[in-house]
This record gives sequence, C-alpha cells and structure tokens, in this order.
Amino acid sequence: MKVAIIQFPGSNCDWDAEHSVQNVIGLPAGRVWHKDPLPEGVEAVIVPGGFSFGDYLRCGAIARFSPIMSDLQSFADQGGQVLGICNGFQILCESGLLPGALVRNDCMEFRCLNQSLKVEDSNERFNSEALAAQLTLPIAHGEGNYRADTEVLTDLEANNQVLLRYAPNPNGSINDIAGIRNQAGNVYGMMPHPERAVESHHPCLDGLPVLHAFLQPLLQTSPVQLSA
Amino acid sequence: MKVTVFVSPKTTVLDPQGAAVEQAIKSLGHHSIEGVRVGKTVTFQMEGSDTPEIRDEIDRLCDGLLSNPVIEDYRYEITSE
Repeated sequence: MKVAIIQFPGSNCDWDAEHSVQNVIGLPAGRVWHKDPLPEGVEAVIVPGGFSFGDYLRCGAIARFSPIMSDLQSFADQGGQVLGICNGFQILCESGLLPGALVRNDCMEFRCLNQSLKVEDSNERFNSEALAAQLTLPIAHGEGNYRADTEVLTDLEANNQVLLRYAPNPNGSINDIAGIRNQAGNVYGMMPHPERAVESHHPCLDGLPVLHAFLQPLLQTSPVQLSA
Repeated sequence: MKVTVFVSPKTTVLDPQGAAVEQAIKSLGHHSIEGVRVGKTVTFQMEGSDTPEIRDEIDRLCDGLLSNPVIEDYRYEITSE
C-alpha cells in the first residue's frame, strides 16, 4: 500500500477515504489499525474523520496517544505526506503536528451541510489556479471552530499556511480558517470532507482536486482541473 | 490520596458552552449573573504523597492529556481521601 488510512476506535470515514484513494484516484490504499505499526513503503497517510474514542475528553485528545502516533510523528518529521480530515485534523492539532486547536462551534450546533470555501494560494500544489478559486465540500462537525493565539495566527498567515477559508463562516472559526498546512508543506489538515465529494452520486466532485493536490507527490501528474 | 483536576477554557478563548448556559441562566431571570464558563473536573486516586515529584507527574498528565494548553487552563487539588 502507498497510502495508509489510520483506523481508530470510532473512526467512521476510513472506508470512504480508502475508497476515494484506491478506487477513484487509483493509488493502492489500505486501512491500518491504530495499534499496529505504520507499514514500510507507505508514502502518504490519511487520518480520517469520525469520533475517535468517542471524542471523550476533547476531540482527538486520546487518539493522539495511540501507539501508531509515534510512527506518524517520525513519518511526518522525515517529510512524509500527512492529511487529517475533520476528526483527523483535530488529532493532528492535538498531537502538535499542526498548530492551534479546534473547539465547539460558536453556534453550539452540529453543522452538516455542503460548505462553500475559498481556496488560498498556499503553495505550488495547493492554490486557486491548481484547484479552483471557490470549492464546495461537505462539512459535518460540532467542533470545527479553529483557534490559535495571535503569534501562531500571524505566522500561519505570513507563511501562506491557510489552505481553505469558509465563505460564509459556519462555526466561528478564527480568520474563517477551514484548513491549514504545516510550514514544511507536508502535513495538511482540514475540517471539510474531500473524500465525500469524488463521485457523480455525491453532491459535487470538488473533493477530487483537493485529494489530487495532497497526493500530487505520489501521482506525479498535474492536479485535476475542475473547469476541464 | 485523591487528585481533583479542574480544566477550564482559557479566558482568551471563546467558550460557546458558557455563553449558551449564561443565556439560559438569564432566561430564568437571573440577570445579575455573567461571565459563565463551562469546564470539567477529572478525579482519580493516586499512590504516594504530595511531593514535588508527584506534582511534576500530575503536571505532565494535565499538560498533555487532561488539558490542551492551547485552549485550556488547569489547576488541581490533592486531598488525603
């Protein structure tokens, strides 16, 4: 397998992530139990959405201490590609692989809708030209309200680490942030679900360019053009 | 001994739960109440006594697992129960 999808107790987007990578994009993918080591030869890891460990304590707080997380930390330190989606994003923030934290939506409601997003010009593979200026992706979360202190936020903006912004903002997230990357450009996290927007029976196909942008180092082809 | 850890949202971080509870309190007619914050308590039994080493261990636990320093503050009490 080239793309590993980590399964925690309570993950529920793991099969969708595997299906989107393996059957839609066409890269060998597999699910890896959180107590198992990260397999040799893996080139990208997706930390999927769901409610790992029932969201007890805080979203992602317990998953962060799962055995596989030390492998994931080393993998990321060596430049491996990591994408956290929804609960996966929360886990990456809890573990310190991405800065900041996600707290309860300011509306106090679980928000489940097709969300309009603005694509930021973050780096050479994640930008409005490669993807599209505007995307629509499903969101489904109660704790997607991104928070970071002023210093972290200033750095994120100065280094173009914001990937996606809500337009309009559904959860009170600071600076409308829906997704970010680390400074090195190999760890990505977002609340929207690209894996739920990749097939004709889905509400839209806007997840495809997002997944292509993330997997581009493995695909060695240009990202899918939405307008094409 | 018994350890009681109190975790609360940082004063600088928005607390939607606290805001919702405050709204409910006001709707019940308690207009003199404000600044509601909702946190959590974690209690556990621990072997040993109140020493600097034990407090270091509890701090490590609070800083990593029981609270997230980005968004939460914590304090704890040690009793002999």
